[in-house]
Amino acid sequence: MKPFTQHTGQVYPFDRANIDTDAILPKQYLKSIRKFGYGDWLFDDLRYLDGGDVTTPVSERRKNPDFLLNHADYAASSVLLARDNFGCGSSREHAVWALRDYGFAVVLAPSFADIFYNNCFKNGLLPIALPNETIDELFAMSQSEKLFVTVDLQTQSIFTETHQWHFDIDESRRQNLLEGLDEISVTLKDADTIHAFEDKLKQAEPWVFQNIL
Amino acid sequence: MTSPRTLYDKLWDRRCVKQNEDGTSLIYIDRHIVHEVSSAQAFEGLKAAGRKPWRTSAIIATPDHNVPTTEREKGIDGITDDTSRIQVKTLDDNCNAFEVPQFALKDKRQGIVHVIAPEQGLTLPGMTVVCGDSHTATHGAFAALGVGIGTSEVEHVLATQCLIQRKAKNLRIDVSGQLGRGVTAKDVVLYIISQIGTAAGTGCTIEFTGDAIYSLSMEGRMTLCNMAIEAGARAGLVAYDATTEAYVKDRPLAPKGADWDKAVAMWRKLKSDDGAKFDIDYFFKAEDIRPQVSWGTSPEMVVAVDATVPTVASLPENKSADYQKAMQYMGLEPGQPITSIQLDRVFVGSCTNSRIEDIRAVAEVVKGKHIAPTIKQALVVPGSGLVKQQAEDEGLDKVITAAGFEWRSPGCSMCLAMNADRLYEGEHCASTSNRNFESRQGSGGRTHLVSPAMAAAAAINGHFVDISKEAAL
Ligand code: SF4
Repeated sequence: MKPFTQHTGQVYPFDRANIDTDAILPKQYLKSIRKFGYGDWLFDDLRYLDGGDVTTPVSERRKNPDFLLNHADYAASSVLLARDNFGCGSSREHAVWALRDYGFAVVLAPSFADIFYNNCFKNGLLPIALPNETIDELFAMSQSEKLFVTVDLQTQSIFTETHQWHFDIDESRRQNLLEGLDEISVTLKDADTIHAFEDKLKQAEPWVFQNIL
Repeated sequence: MTSPRTLYDKLWDRRCVKQNEDGTSLIYIDRHIVHEVSSAQAFEGLKAAGRKPWRTSAIIATPDHNVPTTEREKGIDGITDDTSRIQVKTLDDNCNAFEVPQFALKDKRQGIVHVIAPEQGLTLPGMTVVCGDSHTATHGAFAALGVGIGTSEVEHVLATQCLIQRKAKNLRIDVSGQLGRGVTAKDVVLYIISQIGTAAGTGCTIEFTGDAIYSLSMEGRMTLCNMAIEAGARAGLVAYDATTEAYVKDRPLAPKGADWDKAVAMWRKLKSDDGAKFDIDYFFKAEDIRPQVSWGTSPEMVVAVDATVPTVASLPENKSADYQKAMQYMGLEPGQPITSIQLDRVFVGSCTNSRIEDIRAVAEVVKGKHIAPTIKQALVVPGSGLVKQQAEDEGLDKVITAAGFEWRSPGCSMCLAMNADRLYEGEHCASTSNRNFESRQGSGGRTHLVSPAMAAAAAINGHFVDISKEAAL
């Protein structure tokens, strides 16, 4: 995973609570065997007027002109701003992959669903829970004009030219993101311990290590 | 002196590499079973990060979830459904690229993940076993810790040979006494879930104890542990004993010679110590268990075959709405006798009941008889190529096909209907699988969970009958 230290990007205001993982990525895309390439299907039901699945070429689908993300002014957004309970519903990690692949790096909301929140860190997406007043403020600012913010993980702050807010995040998660460590990399820091454990096990229970074929 | 420990405590301690500050632990994984549906993204993630599997001797891959159960000699190219073919092909490619051992589609040892591993001795007592599939609990029958995992965790185990886990609570379910005629492990587990509910095991590992449990064969114990997941648990366990030992001995990957003696000495300690503390306890009597049938859309909506669909008045208040909705979906009237439900299809198979003992039970019931004319299709899908072969060696396939059943090639089949085997709108099915959720076996399908003998008798009669009262047993 790429280390996450600071990110500057445009805010995409999505003024809705309970945005569930089905809305983020509908279930027909779970048929894909890919771990990457879900960006075109992000918010699929909202972004397109016609339905689709993994086999439908995106170029042939009609975009919904009323959906803000389809506007040239917002298409390059990378900081998602939403309301309460973001990422609720099914546990599909594909929802995080879709946000990541589209180009989102940060999600700002008053609260997140548990599994979604965890899944974000496995994939280098930064979810930030902020007080309702801050979220209100950000919505107000982003609705009057294009809003760019800088998210600094080192100092745990979000700022614009005129404003600054602090955010909280679990320390071990912060460190892992700063160093670009996904869960696997974190575990692999203990590779020596695992090897030592394995060596002892090989002596005690050699049958565990038999070649299968 | 350490304080008395449960079997789960012991299995956990044996493989705990490290305790993390946040309360999680790093658990070493002995065996990783991989199938086509939950592994593609894990391998892609591995590739993207430039990683390799930590230890390929830990892994066995096999396609099972969406393989066809007919025309298998055609191999992968014979799979007509595009998504299914791509998934099976991707697994094959990944196994080749990462040098992962595979029982491929045409291999005799191919079959349902939870059937093939015990059969080969890939699951051994005391092991930690994971698979990207919730029914990994099955392997607990061997006093092994079997845990189902998600795709990210599949990647994590591939890359590190470890799983990050928080220890679960200890729950004991004791069944004392002797099981009656025609009452099988499937009836025991369906009965238990009907009594404790599908959420009772949440956050727990269940250990099944008691003489009724210890009298079960390994096949029966696998059926039991398999459905621990339907009781909400993370894993199910049965202690090691002579039955376990006899089953494991001489399996292709079981230890041999001096290693066997060493292993057995170690395995014999795989049971809960006297006085070990369980967080939760349930006690049941074998005598209370009759052949069971699920009438609804949750594995807790189960009654004895000679009972009726619940009456509205008898429903627990907090569940009344769900239960009535289930009756509606199933097209059943409150108070209707279970034996009056007319069946359209019968499915014998799935990781719950597709082992040789299950096929034998079916053959015994249907021998010399024929399925009712109202039954559109009755399928028997053995759990593995080796189960299929053994059944054929015993002549069971002949008995079964003579009775009007179709004899298929191994796979998950109609358990989840990812291949061509499925129910159609409104059809009732007597099924030996584990989930009766809405549309699980095909859109609009109506599943009734039962034991293999009950399914067989239902096929002959066109409706459920009380197997304990049937002459042929
Ligand atoms: S048989 Fe059914 S429950 Fe078992 S692994 Fe296959 S799909 Fe899952």
